[in-house]
Amino acid sequence: MSADAETGRGDRRSRILGDLRGARNIGIAVTSTVVFFAIVAIVVVNSAGWPEVRKAFFDRKLFDSSFPEVGHAFLLNIRIFCIAEALILVFALAIAVLRGLPGPVLFPFRLLAVLYTDLFRGIPTILVIYILGFGAPALQLSGVPRSPLFWGVTALVLVYSAYVAEVYRAGIESVHPSQEAAARSLGLSRAQTLRHVIVPQAVRRVIPPLLNDFIGLQKDSALVALIGPIEAFRQSQIDVAATFNYTPYVATALLFILLTIPLARLTDWLIARDRRRQSAGATR
Amino acid sequence: MSARASALRLEGVHKSFGSFEVLRGVDLDVSEHEVVCLIGASGSGKSTLLRCVNLLERIDAGTILLNGEEITRRDVDVNAVRRRVGIVFQAFNLFPHMTVLRNVTLATTHVLHKSRAEAEAEATALLERFGLADKRGEYPDRLSGGQQQRVAIVRALAMQPELMLLDEVTSALDPELVAEVLSVIRELAEAGMTMVIATHEMSFARDTANRVCFLDAGRILEQGSAEEIFTHPREPRTQQFLERIIAAGRL
Repeated sequence: MSADAETGRGDRRSRILGDLRGARNIGIAVTSTVVFFAIVAIVVVNSAGWPEVRKAFFDRKLFDSSFPEVGHAFLLNIRIFCIAEALILVFALAIAVLRGLPGPVLFPFRLLAVLYTDLFRGIPTILVIYILGFGAPALQLSGVPRSPLFWGVTALVLVYSAYVAEVYRAGIESVHPSQEAAARSLGLSRAQTLRHVIVPQAVRRVIPPLLNDFIGLQKDSALVALIGPIEAFRQSQIDVAATFNYTPYVATALLFILLTIPLARLTDWLIARDRRRQSAGATR
Repeated sequence: MSARASALRLEGVHKSFGSFEVLRGVDLDVSEHEVVCLIGASGSGKSTLLRCVNLLERIDAGTILLNGEEITRRDVDVNAVRRRVGIVFQAFNLFPHMTVLRNVTLATTHVLHKSRAEAEAEATALLERFGLADKRGEYPDRLSGGQQQRVAIVRALAMQPELMLLDEVTSALDPELVAEVLSVIRELAEAGMTMVIATHEMSFARDTANRVCFLDAGRILEQGSAEEIFTHPREPRTQQFLERIIAAGRL
């Protein structure tokens, strides 16, 4: 809480808007923004290749015709990362908790958790997708799904859980030991302490980095296309190949942005709400 | 005093952190309903002693008995022991993500397995008793230090412990907030709660303690009634310590 006292709560309202109180400050901000973007636009539009680039990337008619198609394919991206995110949240937490277990008897579990995070953070995501997507079905084991979509999602879960587990671990370690002492002194077991005291505080603290990883995951959902499923990126490739125009890529990029920005704002809002509840209006 | 049953008994308790021996053979007997104050310089082992009784630290040698039952055996259920011994810390250690009410009911619902309604009714009654009824829905960071520490005391009390350990509970407070916490402790003493209190508040110790123990370098060097210790200390180290306290205007 000392961080709050140091920075002052008012400054924390928004990192982007900063200190925009007062009509004069708002006027200056608007003017400098307009001037800045006007200069950028003039430089780009007056460049030698602009007419060509404009035709190849910003064709209005092609955009209108490809957007619904790409948009439909994007639903698959949404499905991929919604399922993956839910699984990662649970799986990564299990890994993080496993890694924090005390005592010599549980050493193998800790070792396993460390090996897992090292392994899956070390291998490029695209390789994990290839290896699982082509390798696992090739085993022809009965009961093992053969759908490339299944293995694509599995690969994303495995890779991103390694990252998210580290985020969780950092959060767990950031909760002061005195919190554990207080909980244990009341007779709560180690598991109860984790569940009610440590993990809830840890999760609140790691929401921003957690979201950061999830934005990465949303973008990497496009990698699943490499083993077959037609999601937004693959669909736009098909459209580009048919028309020799890159506008569908721009449409796809727009879709990804439209999804990540609200998520980022939602997180900011959640953090602000939490902080307000816990500390605003402190009387000391 | 001797007629009363022993609530807590320490025999030859040793505790080291690395090569540093914090407790070097502590013997202490606390009767039921007795209030024992531990005084001594920082680093003399007061906090460690309390943490050992709560089993937050494992002792290296000696035995600790709670109402005649040895709690330092290896096979003892530490959670069961901690249920019976309440501890309040210098830094409050409330759970910042929970309301005051939830802080108090967390252990009574999950450890004592009381129903939520029962636990909340009891907690509300306790909060009321200590003037905190209107704070039950607040988060700890919105309370003053004195209020937070009173909530921490209520949280420990809600477990209906046989023994309360208070570890310099006023040391982190602004001077004007000390009194409200001390009056809570005084009320507990009058209600007959057995307490071991590590404190720097000498006048509080003098008024409230049945017995004062002076700790020096991991041993109880001298103990007796407040009158004996504060007015006629026998040991030179005790005299030295008290002279410094008086010089600092704390007595």
